[in-house]
Amino acid sequence: MIGHKTIATLAALAAGFAFAVGGAAAQAPKRGGSLTYAIGAETPHYDCHGSDTYATLQFASPFYSTLLQFDLTKYPAVKGDLAKSWTVAKDLMTYTFVLHDNVKFHDGSALTSADVKASYDRLRNPPAGVVSTRKATFGDIGSIETPDPTTVVFKMKSVNAAMIEHFASPWNCIYPAAVLAKDPNAPKTSIMGSGPFVFVEHVKGSHVAGRRNPNYFRQGLPHMDGFKGVFMLQAAAMLNSLQGGQVLAEFRGISPAERDRLVQAMGDKLRIEESSWTLNLMIVFNTEKKPFDDVRVRRALNMAIDRWGGSQGLARISTLRAVGGVVRPGSPFATPEAELAKLPGFGKDIKAAREEAKKLLREAGVPNLSLTLHNRNLAQPYTPAGVFITDQWRQIGVTVDHKQYDTAPYLAGMSSGNFDVAIDFSNLFMDEPSLGLAKYVSFDRAPENRSRIIDRDLDKYFDLQVSELDPKKRSEYIRAFEKRLFEQSYSVPLLWWHRIVPTHKVVMGWRMSPSHNLGQDLAEVWLNQ
Amino acid sequence: MLRYAINRLLLMVPTLLGVAVLVFFMLRVVTGDVVEVKLRGDGGAVSQETIDMERKRLGLDKPLSAQFADWMVGVVTLDLGKSMWTDRPVVEEIGTRLELSMQVAIMATIVAVLIAIPLGAIAAVAQDSWIDRVVRIITIAGLAVPAFWLGMLIMIGLLAAFNWLPPITFTPLYVDPWANLSQLVWPAMAVGYRYAAVVARMVRSSLIEVMNEDYIRTARAKGVFERLILTRHALRNALLPAITVIGLEFAFLIGGLVVTEQVFNLNGIGKLFVQSVSRNDFTLIQGMVMLIAAIYVLVNLAVDLLYAVLDPRIRYT
Repeated sequence: MIGHKTIATLAALAAGFAFAVGGAAAQAPKRGGSLTYAIGAETPHYDCHGSDTYATLQFASPFYSTLLQFDLTKYPAVKGDLAKSWTVAKDLMTYTFVLHDNVKFHDGSALTSADVKASYDRLRNPPAGVVSTRKATFGDIGSIETPDPTTVVFKMKSVNAAMIEHFASPWNCIYPAAVLAKDPNAPKTSIMGSGPFVFVEHVKGSHVAGRRNPNYFRQGLPHMDGFKGVFMLQAAAMLNSLQGGQVLAEFRGISPAERDRLVQAMGDKLRIEESSWTLNLMIVFNTEKKPFDDVRVRRALNMAIDRWGGSQGLARISTLRAVGGVVRPGSPFATPEAELAKLPGFGKDIKAAREEAKKLLREAGVPNLSLTLHNRNLAQPYTPAGVFITDQWRQIGVTVDHKQYDTAPYLAGMSSGNFDVAIDFSNLFMDEPSLGLAKYVSFDRAPENRSRIIDRDLDKYFDLQVSELDPKKRSEYIRAFEKRLFEQSYSVPLLWWHRIVPTHKVVMGWRMSPSHNLGQDLAEVWLNQ
Repeated sequence: MLRYAINRLLLMVPTLLGVAVLVFFMLRVVTGDVVEVKLRGDGGAVSQETIDMERKRLGLDKPLSAQFADWMVGVVTLDLGKSMWTDRPVVEEIGTRLELSMQVAIMATIVAVLIAIPLGAIAAVAQDSWIDRVVRIITIAGLAVPAFWLGMLIMIGLLAAFNWLPPITFTPLYVDPWANLSQLVWPAMAVGYRYAAVVARMVRSSLIEVMNEDYIRTARAKGVFERLILTRHALRNALLPAITVIGLEFAFLIGGLVVTEQVFNLNGIGKLFVQSVSRNDFTLIQGMVMLIAAIYVLVNLAVDLLYAVLDPRIRYT
């Protein structure tokens, strides 16, 4: 429990933060210096297109440019990165981008529309042997034209209301067409970008380093001479290093307990920024395995979880906090609490819900169900979430064997369907519903749906909301989607995360956002020392 | 002696061959597929065609006997192949970490020897006195306290006392000795304390036993000074079992410091070992097992040769 003293300290720090931010706005950025920061995991490869982990972005973002990017001063608005300007046809079927004409890759070659086309072709239609985890996202693109070296035209097959935000996705790194032509898999093992920093070294198991790109196309940027991202897999080592000043920031997020420890030890040297997080944990039932092909079993397990009570306890010890549906609570299309509480698994009378759950299990013929819970071996927030769920299900007579795995085998196990029930995550970079809902549509359309279900009703509501431009109607389709999903309980959100980012106060210009995937290119970061 | 050393070196060949056969075939029995973990471990959808292509590229579609033959040809020519996970040569992957792990092991051994031999000898000479009891407390504490926990205490102590922590990235000794030592001296101390406790206990019990031998009694009867008896006659013999322990502990330290490496954020062999196992990176695991087996064999040989130096009665032919 956080004491009054801690709360007072936090309040003082929050005030200090507001002051610091205000101060930063008034202060002119200083040139020079090198930022050393902690990265909580080491990327297995360098390819943004084929990755879904922040470890790749926090490693690679400083070296690459994207067509557009999110403007974190006005999130979720987007701004140009490589694109100087852009126009969108009224029918949303054509997107035309005009590129800056002075962009060079780090080897000195010019970046042109051909490079953008080659990169997006690789994203939407990867050649044999290349993995693109965004193939489905860009499936709506019909063709890409390059009328001149600085113009790219995307012609759509169908309307996607969120296409402009998808163009701002941090995962869409632009690679040189020549490199891709020579070896389509080259971006996995080598880096050639046009971003604010030039790749210096990757010492495996230790760190990645970059130096200032003197030919960066955005005038006056980056401010720093270089950076070093140190892989720190152990939270205790990372916290010690933050406290000792060996690293000046950890941009993913820490737990409330870790925050309190740092605040107590470092006082006003530390800046803490907090935000809700476009990231949730979810429970996924493998519907290809018995008895999870039975809706009664899935629904019983969903209903037995006391999300409202659990959120209060878990918020004190983990990065989990908010109860929400498939869209982040507080964002424009989120389900209001009163409506959410009427859906299975989200009711506030947990005693009644558990009685109902026991009844459903009896009816399904598995009153003493035993299952294996497939989970990731990261302390935050997977371990507390796994322990919490194990206890919740124990209360309706279910025996859980909680197994935790390293990230790669954890993801591989889920992707290949080698699990009973899993704790999955939905890692979004924006609140646009079509991005969040995509994970729940039928398996033949969204292979990232680990429940492996085919449900055309869900697909229908998804398609309706994607092309619907009236926000009210779109909300109705999203509600219908959510109702169907929770009633069937193929995969259901557990809790949404809360992001807490610690930085030393000398680190300026970095912008907090609800996604740890954004703002990692470090172009505008500067050191006040 | 030279002939003995050569014979022992030749005996390494069947030993390492046995290790190679065991590790290669046992890894193939373990469940899990490196290609699935590698390609699906990003969470994305990967077609079976892509998985098959990667399997073919890595040579995993060949019969086991052919895979083994390929690998053995590589081992003989000191080419351990490429990591199935990173595509970098296994020798490079291990080389990046071996320098650090080897240095920590050497420094911990120095710390252990410097502490353990005087401490064990003093405790044996002053058997059952208060000095012996104090030494016993120190050594039992060393055995009871895990090295990683002591490491955490060291880090917290450094932070609290000096608001300072050792560097978090490795600098080779020849590049910057100060940066190198200021990073590695702390894990060497944390590990060296436990190591010293094991060796000190061994020195004490061995020395007590030797001090009761007839030849020591004879030396005393001849009026030899007690200090001379201890250093020239007793300690040399008492060190024989301690040297065996020192050798085994040293070999263990090369790959066995998984948690301690994490506490100090060290990029060592232990961490690499755990990562490669969790990723089913067969070639890297095989390379590391071969390396550690070779280190064990060489350290054992060095220990045996040291026996002859310390005890002139031992002659190898």
